[in-house]
Amino acid sequence: MSPAAFIAASRFGLGVRAGEAAADDPRGWLKAQLAGEAVVPAGFSGLPAGRELVVRLVQAQEAGREARQGRTPVPGGFGPVAGGPAPLLPPRSSVPADAEEGAEAPLAPPPLTLPSGTAVLASPPAGPARGPAPGGMPALAGFQDPRKLFQREMRDLYLREAGARLGAMIATDQPFRERLVMFWSNHFTVSVQRPVVAGLVGSFEREAIRPHVTGRFEDLLRAAIRHPAMLLYLDNARSIGPNSRAGQRNRRGLNENLAREVLELHTLGVAGGYGQDDVRAFAAILTGWSVPGSRDAGLDAGTGGFVFRPVAHEPGDKTLLGRRYPEAGEAEGLAALAALARHPATAHHLATKMARHFIADEPPPAAVARLERAFLDSDGDLGHLARVLIESPEAWAGPQAKIKTPQELMVSALRVTGAGWPADRLVGQLRQLGQMPFAAPSPAGWPDDAGHWIGPEAMMRRIAWCSLAGHRLAALIRPADLLEAAIGPVARPETREAVLQAPSAAEAVTLVLASPEFQRR
Amino acid sequence: MPSGSGRSSGSDRSHGPGWGRPDRRQVLLGLPVTLALAAAGFGPMPLALAAPAAPGARRLVVVILRGAMDGLAAVAPYGDPDYREQRGPLALAGPGGDGGVLDLDGRFGLHPALAPLHDFYRNGTFAVIHAVASPYRGRSHFDGQDVLEDGYGAARAVVSGTGDSGWLNRALGLLPPGRSWPESRPGLAIGQTVPLMLRGTVPVGSWAPAALPVPGPGLLDRLAGLYRGDPVLASALEEGLRSEVFADAALAAAPEPVPAPEPVPAPASVMAPVAGMPPAAATAPRPGNRFPDLTAVLARFLNPDTGPQVAVMELGGWDTHTGQGTVRGRLADALGLLAEGLAAFARTLAPTVWRRTAVLVVTEFGRTVAANGTGGTDHGTGGCAFLLGGAVAGGRVLADWPGLARPALFEGRDLMPTLDLRAVIKGVLRDHLGLATAGLDAMVFPDSGAVSPVPGLIRT
Repeated sequence: MSPAAFIAASRFGLGVRAGEAAADDPRGWLKAQLAGEAVVPAGFSGLPAGRELVVRLVQAQEAGREARQGRTPVPGGFGPVAGGPAPLLPPRSSVPADAEEGAEAPLAPPPLTLPSGTAVLASPPAGPARGPAPGGMPALAGFQDPRKLFQREMRDLYLREAGARLGAMIATDQPFRERLVMFWSNHFTVSVQRPVVAGLVGSFEREAIRPHVTGRFEDLLRAAIRHPAMLLYLDNARSIGPNSRAGQRNRRGLNENLAREVLELHTLGVAGGYGQDDVRAFAAILTGWSVPGSRDAGLDAGTGGFVFRPVAHEPGDKTLLGRRYPEAGEAEGLAALAALARHPATAHHLATKMARHFIADEPPPAAVARLERAFLDSDGDLGHLARVLIESPEAWAGPQAKIKTPQELMVSALRVTGAGWPADRLVGQLRQLGQMPFAAPSPAGWPDDAGHWIGPEAMMRRIAWCSLAGHRLAALIRPADLLEAAIGPVARPETREAVLQAPSAAEAVTLVLASPEFQRR
Repeated sequence: MPSGSGRSSGSDRSHGPGWGRPDRRQVLLGLPVTLALAAAGFGPMPLALAAPAAPGARRLVVVILRGAMDGLAAVAPYGDPDYREQRGPLALAGPGGDGGVLDLDGRFGLHPALAPLHDFYRNGTFAVIHAVASPYRGRSHFDGQDVLEDGYGAARAVVSGTGDSGWLNRALGLLPPGRSWPESRPGLAIGQTVPLMLRGTVPVGSWAPAALPVPGPGLLDRLAGLYRGDPVLASALEEGLRSEVFADAALAAAPEPVPAPEPVPAPASVMAPVAGMPPAAATAPRPGNRFPDLTAVLARFLNPDTGPQVAVMELGGWDTHTGQGTVRGRLADALGLLAEGLAAFARTLAPTVWRRTAVLVVTEFGRTVAANGTGGTDHGTGGCAFLLGGAVAGGRVLADWPGLARPALFEGRDLMPTLDLRAVIKGVLRDHLGLATAGLDAMVFPDSGAVSPVPGLIRT
């Protein structure tokens, strides 16, 4: 394998795949992945749509609310039980639906954490997911807390989604495209750290990110911000214009969380030249962007699980970044996103992040400038941006500058050995390595620098994982073959010697996986 | 489960030879890895346990609350005439009533979820610093945390990436000479990653209970050789081994003796040992991952003289944009976990160590005075910090209180900061760790000469 083919596979892709012939024309191989149709991974079939999930989530919230008020759920419905305890709170009918939809998650599933000392998650169910059937609450035999059922179902769904995504990364023959999915999904982080979205994170990536990674940034931005997972994760589903009808009725108002993070993280960047007034104005523009509730029969929820709720929209003109947005309801937000998607600060922010991901933690300014220009010149064509990246000499130069994240390490190890491991185990192991899928610590996503990923404890865990993998994978591949396939073009003599002289096959495989050549890309 | 280490070495029998529980003391303290690392140019490493170099050394723990804790909820200025109106639905009841705050000084009251800390307040080992903020005046979590941790002040570039080092690491570099830590480093992060605050040129350790089995010493030795040409991986491995060895030893050590009577009387509910019963941590077979588990582990690390002098922990869950609640809710849950963790730390720390320990609790900024439209609060500015420990001159609230009347608010919405958090930190570093002001002004917090250390935070 030529050095360039190795870089194409490991830095642009997700690692060399077992049995895959090296590309004669690495740049052409990468570009072909962008040009072709995106292949929908086989493991995605049967996974539910975000729209379906968010409807059921709101139903479960309402059921939980009723249960908390003492109206115990009964089979087939949720009417009050005669003789049951008196409600502790005023009946919800006195509160308009607008103000209550998307209320903070009574349905927070149990945190997706494992007992310390458990290296694997419980296996997901083999058959259809437990719990309610799509579209309605289950017929319950005796009392079962509908929220608990739903939480368990969402936890199982999370595992299926995480497993399907890992499977796609391990098996794909479009690894550059798959890395772009990973990159943009991290850019628009939706994380199970807010448990309310635990069941939605997979649909978010499948529906909002995947279709747009070689399309226009404006489309990607719009899809990501309007997806119910994002609207719930960053609280916009509940944000209400203080002067809207709903706001006047309930003395409720703005929540500026989504507006701030779109400006800071998704578009302009923290130094992008916006102020607190812009955050407030943008939050007002985005009021009414919400998720469907059970009383939204009259609203068009479209196909994505987004609704615009006029009754919650802040009336009047707004000014964002010096530009006036006349009152236009839902269209204000669309216009604002379109402007943000084309802003020069956005171009710089995205170019910097992309260069950092594909070239080095401290990206070369020339490469950043080139990507920035490409973004602006192409009106945010992300496919064009990816092609400019392929043609950037910095991405092909020099040593392996980037440390693999735990997920990259795992995926590349499984790609090169062709091993199949149960997805729930991989998820548990990733948690131990500090990168459980869809679980970034904040809306800023996973950090993209060695300082975060390589610390003393993290290093020990990486080595421990490599050893675990080495002992399991040694039966599948000869160490000498693995050495050539995984790091052949960059292997140093001392690494070759250590691998060939290792006392056991398991240790030899471990040494390949833990070597600096494989820990980096 | 083997006792002691948080790692499950030996628990997976499928690994065959080499996967038994290695004696990791040997791995580092004696042996091939050590030699390999020394040969690799990492400088001399002590090959034997030197006599504890710093018996009686002071301990400083910094707890970073990520996500911006609402200082006005944690420590409510219930005596402020504008408090109730400005806080609206988030206002807590005054002291004495059901769900009311726990009075501190007639002006401020602790959130009821922080009840365990009230005991420390009453015995003079807990202090609140209010209306305080780092020099950061924006409202980005990520930028705010960088400023909080790197200590370069508001003037630092905010463009991309983070600084190269944190103020606590630079402070470690100024510790008086003559203190060497044969087993651990003077700085330790509890967690998988080392927070920016503790990153820098002074080597530090990190540790967290893990479920992945530790490989045997032969493999680690070979890897140390392979990492010779890669300083990033090499130093991480060296420090990881060091932390591992230290943690194993500290967790395997005999439980601390029943605490002797305290010169500073401990609050009965939190500190007093039950006669004849070992401290709680000693009965726990292995550490868990909850914050109180980790604080108790940290206390056990700090107890021996060979333990780190400075440690950092992190706790999230403070970004309460929705459903913040009052007596109950997301914030009360987070506060309860914090208080439970700090109490577990105090309970597990040996009394002699408690007397020379200070815990500083900080967050990136405060939150809006008024509730937002969704039962929560948005990013603000001024907030509060805590100091806890036997070395702390506590039992008081330090605040140059700006008031909550609308004209007094920062940008019309946030608590106005009247104290630079760096002044608090500098006071602690000077009076607790004995660092010279010149170094604090120039190295730890560059260009901060105008920010004078707050005196009197530490008992002398």
